[in-house]
Amino acid sequence: MTKVDILIVGAGPAGMSAAIEARRHGASVLLLDENAAPGGQVHRAAKPDAVGPGAAQSREGAALMAALRASGAGLHSGAVLWAIEPGPRAFVLQDHAVHEVDAGRVILASGATERALPIPGWTLPGVMGVGAAQILLKSAGLRPRGRVWIAGQGPLIWLYAAQALARGGEIAGIVDMSRITPHALLRLPRALTAPGYLLRGLAWMRAVRQRVPVFRTRDVVVEGDGRLERIHVGGQIHTADTLLLHDGVVPNTQVTRAIQGCEHRWNAAQRAWEPVLDDWGNTLIPGILVAGDGGGIGGAAAASLSGRIAALEAVRALGHLGGAQRDALAAPLMRRRRAELAPRGFLDALFVPLPMPVDEVTLCRCEEVTAGSVRAAAGLGCLGTNQLKAFTRAGMGLCQGRICGPLLHATLAEARGVPGGDVDPLRTRFPTKPLSLGELATLAPSASAASASGKG
Amino acid sequence: MFERVEPPDCTITWQDREIPARAGESLAAALLAAGINRVRVTGMSGAPRGPFCMMGVCFDCLVTVEGEGARQACMVPVVAGMRASP
Ligand code: FES
Repeated sequence: MTKVDILIVGAGPAGMSAAIEARRHGASVLLLDENAAPGGQVHRAAKPDAVGPGAAQSREGAALMAALRASGAGLHSGAVLWAIEPGPRAFVLQDHAVHEVDAGRVILASGATERALPIPGWTLPGVMGVGAAQILLKSAGLRPRGRVWIAGQGPLIWLYAAQALARGGEIAGIVDMSRITPHALLRLPRALTAPGYLLRGLAWMRAVRQRVPVFRTRDVVVEGDGRLERIHVGGQIHTADTLLLHDGVVPNTQVTRAIQGCEHRWNAAQRAWEPVLDDWGNTLIPGILVAGDGGGIGGAAAASLSGRIAALEAVRALGHLGGAQRDALAAPLMRRRRAELAPRGFLDALFVPLPMPVDEVTLCRCEEVTAGSVRAAAGLGCLGTNQLKAFTRAGMGLCQGRICGPLLHATLAEARGVPGGDVDPLRTRFPTKPLSLGELATLAPSASAASASGKG
Repeated sequence: MFERVEPPDCTITWQDREIPARAGESLAAALLAAGINRVRVTGMSGAPRGPFCMMGVCFDCLVTVEGEGARQACMVPVVAGMRASP
């Protein structure tokens, strides 16, 4: 049993910033991350001397990692949180053993996952996420080569393509599925109060367009015998060995949805469920806070500020800081966070999630349930995603709805003709990550003597 | 497919085949760099699958590592000489 003032889950921009801030005020901190190294998706393998597209962000990430190392926070990499009990008490799997952590406060900084883009044939090997390819580029130095295509919408497409080209990669073509609407243009003026973000995006796009053919259509079909071999783009056939898909990101709420009483709300602009939070990041469950994209998509800079704000609230709650001091320290951070979020309305309106596919397309990759079966269930009176499990088994596979959840939800809402908020989100259950009986057995009292670290 | 920017520094065994890898990168990255994008078939229909998310979310990359089944290849760091199979 480890005891710590603040347990932080997820070492991306929000989690690292929270850890650094909490240590500054004398709290003991344990920071957990599933990956082999801190950084999260955005600061993965960040370098202090980065150049090229996304370099500023990489340098920020490297600075955060250096500050984290100097902060005295305990960092456990390769550690997976699989349950939280009231207390809060967390159960963590690391090196095949389960550790219990009793914390004064828990800050969940679980980040975002890519919103899946189900198109015909998308389950074939060779089809991956753009975010997945960016992880390969950043953490393993793998650049695209050969017949690599990209399809979908959102800034990450252009950032990844620009980064890949700058590192000598090749991209055969990009299918831009976005559509500019009057609804989005209305939100442009507010976005222009923070023009840096948009200008960076336009610069990536320009650099990429000079070297890669860009097609504008939503008609993309994947074909191949046992793996991706061809794609049809607007009726034209191209050979392809890799297709990278992207339709923005959604908050990773796998853990918060499993906590009894932790309410979530439908964010209509972002078409996603997010935990109900106050300005500080407090959930409705005492002792549990959320910071960063796991509480609603805002990007790395806003996530970092949210991490610091949540840490200030946590150290106040634990008596390391007075309420007035907390408010004074947080005020400029909240102002900066508002400024960072200025372009969001425009981006959300510009990149409205793409429509769900035709009946034949698989939505739930694990249980292999098609859009047609989901629509048929809706026709039989199925109202929500949890009921859908009984109708179709969709969402009951190994990924526990991580990939298909938003797709099942969108398909049901569309079929029923109701707003997303009227269709319940998939309930998740602990353990939120699979664990073996042998691993669970290590929880026996004699075996659970994990050593405390990061004691301030 | 994908190609390495940095040279490999070790080898691992996939099924009966030796493939180059870099210690510390994910097993899924090593497989993809070797041109292997099919790593398993689904239990339901036997459809082929390969790494999709690279961040431990989709479970499409499940493989056997050193005799232990159902490991996420994208979350397992490569160790020189590692043995893995579908
Ligand atoms: S590639 Fe998705 S879990 Fe490994």
